[in-house]
This record gives sequence, C-alpha cells and structure tokens, in this order.
Amino acid sequence: MTVSLSHYLILAAVLFSISIAGIVINRKNIIILLMSIEIMLLAVNLNFIAFSHYLNDLAGQVFVFFILTVAAAEAAIGLAILVVLFRNKQSINVADINELKG
Amino acid sequence: MTETIIFYVFALMTVVAATAVVTVRNPVHAALSLVLTFFTSAIIWMTLEAEFLAISLVLVYVGAVMVLFLFVVMMLDINIARLREGFVRYLPLGIAVAVIMFVMMVSVITGGIFSGDSVIEPIAKAADYSNTKALGRVLYTQYVFAFEIAAVILLVAIVAAISLTMRKRTHTKYQSPSAQIRVTKADRLRIVKMPPSSEPSRSKTLSNESLGNE
Repeated sequence: MTVSLSHYLILAAVLFSISIAGIVINRKNIIILLMSIEIMLLAVNLNFIAFSHYLNDLAGQVFVFFILTVAAAEAAIGLAILVVLFRNKQSINVADINELKG
Repeated sequence: MTETIIFYVFALMTVVAATAVVTVRNPVHAALSLVLTFFTSAIIWMTLEAEFLAISLVLVYVGAVMVLFLFVVMMLDINIARLREGFVRYLPLGIAVAVIMFVMMVSVITGGIFSGDSVIEPIAKAADYSNTKALGRVLYTQYVFAFEIAAVILLVAIVAAISLTMRKRTHTKYQSPSAQIRVTKADRLRIVKMPPSSEPSRSKTLSNESLGNE
C-alpha cells in the first residue's frame, strides 16, 4: 500500500474542514480566527504541492511561494490592526467591533 | 512502506494539532499548536520533494509569523472567559458545516479523475536534481515580474504595520535641528547695561569667612 495523490488531497480537505469549523466555533476571538485562516492557507498550499509533485510541474510550487509571501504580509498587517484595536477598545471581542453598524 | 508510515504518522499529528488550535482554551496554547501543525506539514511537504518550500515554511512561519502571533497574544491582556462564550452553542453548527464541506470535497476527490484506474504516478527525479535550483531558475526567469510584485507587497506590509502601530509620544523631548540652525544672536543673547557696584569685593570676603568656619 503506497501513498497516492488522493491521500494528500484528503489530508488537505480535513485541514480545510477543521479551519472552517474553527471559524464557526471561535467567532468571538479574532486571534483564533486569524490562526484558522492560516490553517486554511496551509491546506491550499498542500494541495498545490501535491499536484506539483504528481503532475511534475514546478508552477504549483512557485504559486505556493507567492501564497506564503502574501500570507506573511497579511498576518503582519492583521496583527498590527489587532494591536491598534486593542489599544482603542481594550478588547479583541468581535462583538465589541460595532462602530460602523449605524 | 516507510513512506506510508511517515505519511500517516505526520498526517495524524497535523490533524490533531490543527484540531487543538481551534479548540483549546488558552490562545498561547493555540499558537503553539499551530507551530506544531506547520512543522508536521513541512515534513509532509518534504516527502513530496518540495524541500525549499518545506524549509521556508519552517523559517518564515515558525520563525517569523508564529513568533509575531505569540508576541501579540502575550502582549494583549485578554479576558478568555468572555471570548469563549458561545463555544458550546456554536459547536454543533461548526461540526455540521465542517462535515458537510468534508463530504463534498471527498466526493470530488475520490469520485472523479483522481480515483481508481486514472491514478497519476510521479516521475522519478534524477539523483542530482536540486529542488531549490529548479525553483530559483523558474522564479527568476518566467515569474520574475510576479516576484518583484511580491517584494513590493512585503514592503507595503512593512510600511503599513509600522505606521499603524507607531505612537507619537507627547512627553518625549527631542531636538529640532532646523530651529537650532535658524537661531540668531538676538534670540539668545541679551546685553544689560548697569552701573558699577560700590563695593566689588564684599561678597567674596563673606564667602571666604563662611568656608573658614566650617
């Protein structure tokens, strides 16, 4: 019994489902929401690398490289916004962010 | 056989760590579980012969992004109990959404062209094949424009993160070089005309006497 492409795809699907469940469950905590998004990107990257390996095409790995870059930038800016938000409201609860509700 | 065992062990560790990220009570433990998820994923990427990306996942994510996460989590004084409210209430909904998505994705993966007879076999690489060399060769020729855009995105991220979090301190004293250069003699120096005093040596003798007494 050997590992095939569908093994990796199912693992990525499991990771993606876990992060979806994490977003639904932890809807109050912005930090856990950001971490769930990171897991989601990780699952997508795993799909790209599995296809790149089995189709023998380097374009998938190049795409993962750019996803890593953009995800790092997103995490940095997201955490900076989180720090500013905590400085202003003394809370990171999603329920407290209702200034624009009208 | 060894490859299969490695895949299953690290896939199990990845799934357990990812589950821990979304379920544990303490955000610090969640961040550390995410570090473990990235580590085990990097090992799985290594078995897929993506060595450069596996190493850069460990360096960039575990070394930089997760340290940033941990730093922010530890710096903020968070009331965990308030953030956890609604956890049990949303748990069935979350599990239901996850199971539905998983079933849909697995039905696509196992039912279509990826199943049964049409299994794709990877082509064996030569012994002197270097993943980093091949990736760099493609990255700096075919994708060089996208590479430059990625660099600009990182620059924008640096500027945005610094300008968002930088605070102007009101009590700090600092020099103003332009004001220092613009200063003239009239601003600093005042010449006072006064008549000469009648007894110039009196204060001097007094101070000498007080010193002698001590």
